[in-house]
Amino acid sequence: MTKLPWAALAAGITLAAAPPIVIQNARVLTVTRGAFTGAVIVKDGKIAEAAEKVMIPPGARVIDAGGQYLMPGIIDCHSHIAADSINEGAASVSSMVGIEDVLNPDDISIYRALAGGVTTANILHGSANSIGGKCTVIKTRWGKDADGLKFEGAMPGIKFALGENPKRQGMDDGPAGSRRNLRYPGTRMGVEDVIREAFTEAKAYQARWKEYEAGKARGETLIPPRRDLKLEPLVEVLEGKRFVHAHCYRADEILMLLRVADEFGFKIRTLQHVLEGYKVAREIAAHGAGASTFSDWWSYKVEAYDAIPYNAAIMVRKGVLVSLNSDSGELMRRLNTEAAKTMKYGGLTETEALSLITINPAKQLKIDDRVGSIEVGKDADLVLFDKHPLSSYAKVQKVFIDGVVYFDRDKDLSERRLLELNKRKLLEKEKQSAPQQKKQDRRPQ
Amino acid sequence: MKPVALWIAAAAALYAASDDSFLIRGAAVYPVAAPGIENASLLVLDGRVAEVGAKVAAPRGVRVIDGKGLRVYPGMIDSATEVGISEIGAVGVTNDVRELGDFKPQLRAGIAVNPSSEHIPVIRANGITAAMAIPDGGVIAGQASLMRLDGWTWEEMAVKLDAALHLNFPTITTRRFPAGAAPFSEAKRDYERRLKQLDEYLEQARRYRTAKKAGGPDFRTDLHFEAMLPVLEGKVPLMVSAVREREIKAALEWAEKQKLRLVLSEVRKPGAMLAELKAKQIPVILGPTQDLPLDHDDPYDAAFTLPAELYKAGVKFAFGSFGNQFSRNLPYQAATAVAFGLPYDEGLKSVTLYPAGIWGVSAEMGSIEKGKWADLMVTDGDPLEVRTQVRRLFIKGKEVDLESKHTRLYKRYLARP
Repeated sequence: MTKLPWAALAAGITLAAAPPIVIQNARVLTVTRGAFTGAVIVKDGKIAEAAEKVMIPPGARVIDAGGQYLMPGIIDCHSHIAADSINEGAASVSSMVGIEDVLNPDDISIYRALAGGVTTANILHGSANSIGGKCTVIKTRWGKDADGLKFEGAMPGIKFALGENPKRQGMDDGPAGSRRNLRYPGTRMGVEDVIREAFTEAKAYQARWKEYEAGKARGETLIPPRRDLKLEPLVEVLEGKRFVHAHCYRADEILMLLRVADEFGFKIRTLQHVLEGYKVAREIAAHGAGASTFSDWWSYKVEAYDAIPYNAAIMVRKGVLVSLNSDSGELMRRLNTEAAKTMKYGGLTETEALSLITINPAKQLKIDDRVGSIEVGKDADLVLFDKHPLSSYAKVQKVFIDGVVYFDRDKDLSERRLLELNKRKLLEKEKQSAPQQKKQDRRPQ
Repeated sequence: MKPVALWIAAAAALYAASDDSFLIRGAAVYPVAAPGIENASLLVLDGRVAEVGAKVAAPRGVRVIDGKGLRVYPGMIDSATEVGISEIGAVGVTNDVRELGDFKPQLRAGIAVNPSSEHIPVIRANGITAAMAIPDGGVIAGQASLMRLDGWTWEEMAVKLDAALHLNFPTITTRRFPAGAAPFSEAKRDYERRLKQLDEYLEQARRYRTAKKAGGPDFRTDLHFEAMLPVLEGKVPLMVSAVREREIKAALEWAEKQKLRLVLSEVRKPGAMLAELKAKQIPVILGPTQDLPLDHDDPYDAAFTLPAELYKAGVKFAFGSFGNQFSRNLPYQAATAVAFGLPYDEGLKSVTLYPAGIWGVSAEMGSIEKGKWADLMVTDGDPLEVRTQVRRLFIKGKEVDLESKHTRLYKRYLARP
């Protein structure tokens, strides 16, 4: 069994010649253009119209969303779902590896995230190394293969990590057994050094290639420089072709990274977690980095001890582009109420709160021309809630990606009995084939 | 002056000086044990609820609080936390949750609760006025203590140091970290061995009890078994984690055989055991409802709908956050359960009245009723809604500061030029 029974839900999904969809009588929260009660028309996977009164196109499928709330699909700027491995921890610079190569479309977390209204996620490498692996933006198109998950045209990224996680393997104060295989760095000083060393190398590598290209342009016959798969992504960073998403906690390390980036002439696209971002919000805003944070996590480690739930609100007020992320397959399913917490802690408005999980992360990932708000011409990535999405009681009813229904609560509920039956049948089959299996498994120890 | 007037004057002077007597006027009062009353008054004298009603006269000298636009609820109780016994998860020396050894009923979590923990003001700012501090590790982990979230010392905080004895009931564990999987037969043998150890331990405790009663010259006090006596006598319940049907069944059968009182915790997939829980009136502490489904092929909302399923089956339950940093989100756990089918009133009761009942303190807290301690949260809306603010908090009638490390840092850095 390669796919879970859930895949059956996606079986009927086809894009070809889909009729237009009209979602009407909804309270439409556009995020960027206010809210209204009216309709959204979806054609060819895009939002064709969003207005109080619309003409229903002939042959359209009409969904009456009376009393329900329609908002743009939720975007999680920090996730590790749908990935078969997360950390390549052997090297302090692991920019040669990438999440794209280990995407797993069968991960049930994709469906669960969908059921929480998430339509786009930034799938990051882990935080074991100062410079980690490459990252990929996906849409939660449950039922598609790995290529079908990818957010076509989204800017690729790379993970950096500062503080306790990357230095953990280099710390000499653990119990005796853990002192073996120490890996540089073991301090925040070392983390800075690893990043500076890597970019010094990357600059030299970039210069070698430029020299070669220039010589070739002059008609010289030259041997090209040896390709370096570790440095190539860093050159892309230097050339603004790859975004840096940097895991960080403390104000000192945040400032350090901004200054290193300034020194080498590149930008930090997003600071991830950035739990002490509120202490250096001015500097973050000045650099132009986005901040993607938790709503209320704190105290699980020392570098999270000064974390406060007002972090997002302070950074917003100080001009930083802020998003809320999950970093967790569990939390990912309720980012809407995470956003509501910024109204409680720090008094953001409804629109500001919703922006943190829609248009802001879209901007951070530079996909805001495609997703993040309900606007004509954007992808029809939409979530229908039964109550206001900032309420504790709101439940996702339907989720559309590219105008296709990928989650439907009614359908999910009505198909449970069938899935249970299928599961029992499979178990029965498994039981019957068990003795034979045993024989095959016998092998020398 | 006549004696009565003298008495009133004396009382007025008394209440004016005390900080645990007041009248909230014009608020919506939700006693939880009874329907809510709009535009009501609530009188608190000497830290206890004296009267609730449409019209309550304030004894002269009692402080009057304008409750216009506000709602008054009993403070919430978190039925499973590490509050005060764990400060920073990743830093071992700040954790006092897990003691060495397998059988340690004599340990009391409450005496290790740090009243200066930064977690306490953070949590109570969201309306939580009491929390169970639960020790862990080994088989009999120690005594779980119900603590009020205000006090200069743990002694002042303690409501009940021995609210329950935490038992990690043996399970058949095939998956092991870091060694990988064990064959089922081996895991089962291991389970049976540990179950036998537990039975032997209880047998020894019973013999100790008999010996103590007999009181011979050779009798010596044993602190371990001394702590088991209230459990054997049914005065203190065993809090037993049992997640799946098989584990619940085993725990119930075992408790029946041993004639012990149970509170189950972390129940996730009770299956057919729901009827049994109802029949035996065994209460349940539910783990985070906002958890992922236990198994890959469980419905996506399995954890969200579990409280409603328990409710429909007639099983009594309360919510626990099972940690410290997310204790403040206790009301939102209840809200998720309400969104997925639990009646609203039940949601509210499972963070107030029901935990008070389960931990044997319903005469003292859990609702706004005459004679109970005035553990109150005053809000500007439905306390289960994320956006609602807790405006005031009272513990034993004394107003508690809502400031915390978080609000202090907020103010300081918002003002940074």
